[in-house]
Amino acid sequence: MSKHSSIDSFRDLRPAAANGLYDRRAFLKGGTAFATAIGGYTLSETLNAQSLVDDPWSASAGTPTGPYEARSRFENSVVRTMTNPNGEPRSQQSRTPHHMLDGTFTPNGLHFVISRSGPPDIDPDQHRLAIHGLVKQPLIFTLDSLMRYPMVSRMAFVECGGNSAPMWSPEPLDANVQALHGLVSSAEWSGVMLSTLLEEAGIEPSAKWLIAEGSDSLALHRSVPLSKALDDAMIAMYQNGERLMPGNGYPMRLLLPGWEGNMNVKWLRRIELVDQPAMSIYEARTYAPILPGGKAYQFYFLQEVKSFITHPSPGLLLSDHGFYEISGIAYSANGRISKVMVSADGGESWAEAELQAPVLPKAFTRFRIPWQWDGGPAVLQSRAWDEAGYVQPTRSEIVAARGEASRVPNVNGFPSQHYNGPTSWQVNQTGEVKHVYA
Amino acid sequence: MYMRSVQFLMLTGLFIHCAVINAQSPGLGTPIDEIDIAAWNIDVLPDGTGLPSGEGNAVQGKIIYEQKCIVCHGLNGQGGISPALAGGEPLSNGIDTAKTIGNFWPYATTIFDYTRRAMPWFAPRTLTDNEVYSLTAYLLALNNIIDQEDIMDATSLPAVEMPNRDGFIIRFPERTP
Repeated sequence: MSKHSSIDSFRDLRPAAANGLYDRRAFLKGGTAFATAIGGYTLSETLNAQSLVDDPWSASAGTPTGPYEARSRFENSVVRTMTNPNGEPRSQQSRTPHHMLDGTFTPNGLHFVISRSGPPDIDPDQHRLAIHGLVKQPLIFTLDSLMRYPMVSRMAFVECGGNSAPMWSPEPLDANVQALHGLVSSAEWSGVMLSTLLEEAGIEPSAKWLIAEGSDSLALHRSVPLSKALDDAMIAMYQNGERLMPGNGYPMRLLLPGWEGNMNVKWLRRIELVDQPAMSIYEARTYAPILPGGKAYQFYFLQEVKSFITHPSPGLLLSDHGFYEISGIAYSANGRISKVMVSADGGESWAEAELQAPVLPKAFTRFRIPWQWDGGPAVLQSRAWDEAGYVQPTRSEIVAARGEASRVPNVNGFPSQHYNGPTSWQVNQTGEVKHVYA
Repeated sequence: MYMRSVQFLMLTGLFIHCAVINAQSPGLGTPIDEIDIAAWNIDVLPDGTGLPSGEGNAVQGKIIYEQKCIVCHGLNGQGGISPALAGGEPLSNGIDTAKTIGNFWPYATTIFDYTRRAMPWFAPRTLTDNEVYSLTAYLLALNNIIDQEDIMDATSLPAVEMPNRDGFIIRFPERTP
């Protein structure tokens, strides 16, 4: 069979939008029509059919299975990037390699981490959580005691308020999806609802906020409206089924589904109910984005609706013409993703992508759409809607409202925060993908 | 009759137990007095709640700054491997304008709070309260917000009027108490 037979199959299908986008349900309807489609992102030439022989790894028994599974040695390049590997006295960021992952949750070893002074080495038996302030009875909890409470599991994304910050650049950057959007990840979190513990302590009527504080060396603290704490906040102790990773707050963190990552305080040791916000450095200074004209937003709680294409994206060479699946990630603090549109011609025409079920609120939603690359130039772009009716703004809309950086920033820099505009990937005729504005 | 008594006792026992715990909580938190949380409770709020006794001024603060802070934050708070603390351009220069205490921070209490809880980076929470007041005064004076001799304490610090106090727009007022 020819590797190009998939092109013939496509001739019978009606395009959903220009430049090779096909109906999102083509696979579901078409069945075997794509049986010979090229599967993905090999960096080498697709093999021609040839006679098969036993491979060397089939000739003898394999290796013993270890107590904790390690991935194939061929996957060792799938790693986070690090901005401060030697632990200098500044924050460190590790970014998720979205272009090398699929699905809707992030493996624990690849979940993004921002740490201001390095994860503390916490003995879980010695760790304590105090709840005090404007409560009827201050309480202290051990990890053992919290483990006896009714638990809840839910998928939720966590995103740094500074994720996508390079997109404030006035010019496109020579950067991949990991560099641009690697400070967001999604996981299944399990723990105790914070409302349960607050009700046990007894909330005084004058309480309006809580201050959450970690046991890291900087005792990082953030103010959270009590209404969010009573809505869906969780004291999370498990991440994708196992205890939290140290970088994600072991042994417990505050989880505020959909809200600014920095507020999801890690290594949580103290919650104080108060009548006013603390105006901690992170809410008074760091995560208060400056607006055109000189005012600044304060309390930018929500990580608003956003999407980006992970496949294809820079670093993934399109080795041949023909079929590719365009896929990516969408999420919103305002609930479920309701629709993702994809363009292959820089926003001139759009087709609706398939949303991978289940579509869960405040969690990653994977979108997919078939694409036939004819070898010509293409600009791929996605745009998401959420169930609350919010739509990802166009780049011109977000720049009009929020401005852009006065100079091209370092790709690891944070010229501003809370960018949720679209991302455009240009595919050139050699199959290379790069970041552009379109 | 005996069984009935046991059942009665069990039922009443269960009833009493339910009556003392919250219906939605197993009630496994251990009561603690605020005084036993005091060592952890280092929050300082904008109205001055949480500020300790003690005092300091910029003259005293400059000496401490040049011993413990200058290595990261540079001479006169001009910045080094850590951000600048003084000076700064007008925020209208661009959304990526570097934020300093002078051009951005809305509350002076935040300086005291962060310095006490997190600085110096290599030895947080080793400064005395007088040292933190002195450093706070020094940083305010560097930004020409107070004078060199002004005493910062639990009363004067929350009363400092920061230049950018009114420079903010609440992003989600419907979600902000």
